[in-house]
Formats: sequence, C-alpha cells, structure tokens
Amino acid sequence: MTPDAIFKLLQEKFGTETVFDFHGDPARDKDPWFQIAPWEIENVCEHLRSEKSLDFDYLECITGVDYPDDKRIVVVYHLYSYGKKHRVVLKAYLEREDPAMPTLVNVWSTANWQERECFDLLGVLFEGHPDLRRLLLPDDWEGHPLRKDYEEKEDYHGIPTIRPNPIELFKITLPSKEASKEAAKEPAKA
Amino acid sequence: MSSNLNLMAPPKGWDAKYSDDGGSVLSTNTDQVINWMLNWGRANSVWYMLFGLACCAIELMQTGGPRGDLERFGAAPRPSPRSSDLFIIAGTLTYKMGLRVKRLYDQMAEPRFVISMGSCSNCGGLFQYAYSVCKGVDQIIPVDIYVPGCPPRPEALLEGLLKIQDKIKNEKYLQKRYGVG
Repeated sequence: MTPDAIFKLLQEKFGTETVFDFHGDPARDKDPWFQIAPWEIENVCEHLRSEKSLDFDYLECITGVDYPDDKRIVVVYHLYSYGKKHRVVLKAYLEREDPAMPTLVNVWSTANWQERECFDLLGVLFEGHPDLRRLLLPDDWEGHPLRKDYEEKEDYHGIPTIRPNPIELFKITLPSKEASKEAAKEPAKA
Repeated sequence: MSSNLNLMAPPKGWDAKYSDDGGSVLSTNTDQVINWMLNWGRANSVWYMLFGLACCAIELMQTGGPRGDLERFGAAPRPSPRSSDLFIIAGTLTYKMGLRVKRLYDQMAEPRFVISMGSCSNCGGLFQYAYSVCKGVDQIIPVDIYVPGCPPRPEALLEGLLKIQDKIKNEKYLQKRYGVG
C-alpha cells in the first residue's frame, strides 16, 4: 500500500483533525510523511499495528528534530511492515517550551529505549513511559544536547570541556602560505 | 627497536675501571644491580589491561595478533586492572567513560604506565567538538606516551610499548621508594 493510500485510510477513520498535512512530493520528500495530532498518536498507531491490511509490525526509528525558529520540536516515527512490505513516516509537532506526548510503549515495546533516547537528547517527555531515564548520557547530565540552544558546561565532574589550542598556547608562528609554497618549489629547482 | 636488542647490556655506571689495563675491574653498586634487575624484569613483563573503547581497539587487537605480536615483548593482556602495569587508552573517551577510566587507573598497582593511543584519546581528535567527548585523556589521568594516528598502525603502538620499556629501564626504584643512593 502506498503512503498516500494509508493517509487517506487513516483520515477516513480518525478525521482531518487527527491525521492531516500530507507531503508526498517526490522531488522534496524522499519519504512521504504526514502529521498526527500528538494526543491521538497511540490510537492511530494501535490501529496501524492491528489492522490486517496495514500490519505495521516494526517501529524502525523514533527521532526528534528541533526547530527553534518555529518554536517546535518534531518527533518523527518511521514504521515498516515486514508482511506487507510498506513503510510510512509520521510526524508529531510539539511545543518547544513544553514538549510532551503519549508514549507508544504499549503498542511497540521497542519504543521504550527509542523514547528514552529522544528524551535524553531533546527533552521530550513521553507521558505514561514506564522508565523515562536517560539512555546514553550520564544520569547527572544537565540539559539536552541536541537542542540548538544547548551550551556546553565548563566542566563535567572536574574534567574541563575545553582544550587550549596548542598553536595559541605555545605561541607557535606558522609559516605563511607563500613561504611554504616557495619552500616546496626550491628542491625542485635544485 | 634498538632498546630491545641491548636487553642484556649493563646499565649506565657499570663502566670498566682502569680501562687502560684492559678493563678487568668493574665498579658496581648494590643499588644499581638491584635497580637493573627490577627494571629488567618489569620492562619485559609489561602486562596491559584489555580496554578497548573504539576503532583503536581493533588496531590494538591487530598489534596483539601474530604480525604485531605484543607478547614477544612480554606484554600480555590482562582482564583486571589490579594485575596490569600498562593502561592503553584505545579509542574515543566520553565523559561518562572518563569517570570509569579514572577509577580503573586508581585500581592499578604502581608502578603503572599509560599509553594514550590515537587522536581521540590524545586530544579528542575528530570528535573534539562533540558535547559528550572528553578532550584528551591527560585531563583525567597522567599519560606517559602519546601515540598519534587515527588509528595508529600496529607498528606505532609497538614503538609506544618500546618507549615505555625504555622509560622503565631508566627508573630508579630503590631511590624512589627508600630514598637511598
């Protein structure tokens, strides 16, 4: 089934409030995608998984994107069906100040770690998640580093996060480009 | 490679006295002999900890394999920090792992040596602008030898090990421990 057909099917079932904004231009969108209202995503995904004709049994990837100009954080879901061999991409647009949406752990249990990663790096709160801890970074890390306005701390447990540039530190004067070019020419002459 | 060839050469200070007379009398000191024996033993049994962090670990395995063969210099891999003398930091070090590296280093018994292998553990390397990568292992523990490369070839790591052996052979353990001589 094409993403276009899946989109129409979902829109008929859940209405234009929940499923909307289809992008399928092959020149612009490598994977056709459409939006899902964040608070309805569990119902929609439950339908995508259990409906015989759709049969999405594999949640490939959950990623997040930060758009500070639009004041949005977008959570992207890539779904795949091993049985039907079709793929669909869903996006959920969240407020950047307070990104929160329901978890999908009850639909696909692989969402557990992927949502933890998304929380770790972007700070999206997945409500109803059984164990929403950081996945990759240390537990005592401050901030969410994939946000565009993230600023690195000066040190982590006494380990400095900056290393001085040795050229500036030891006041090394590098030869100018012209001088090094001439130096390269000279042996050829000799 | 020269350091390994003169393995049995007497240490400095063992010069023949009365060299005009054919060098029949050797001047030796007890502490020199003991130091030389200790260093000889240590330099040829540098057991390193099996600790791979990233792609440099693959090159470390190559060095331990039949072509590089670290073990012909007496360097055998050990599973525990408590029984190893050499800590080879092979790969990209994150802050999260940095705290563990500090802990492992503290668990090693002295005399202990550290090789920083590859650009990443030297200064952060390719990943030095990443938020989670430590900018050089020397910001956490003291480093004896830096091996450049991304990743270094097995020959480069072998050279690093030989430099460690040189360093061990010049140690004055008795003087350091008991303050004699």
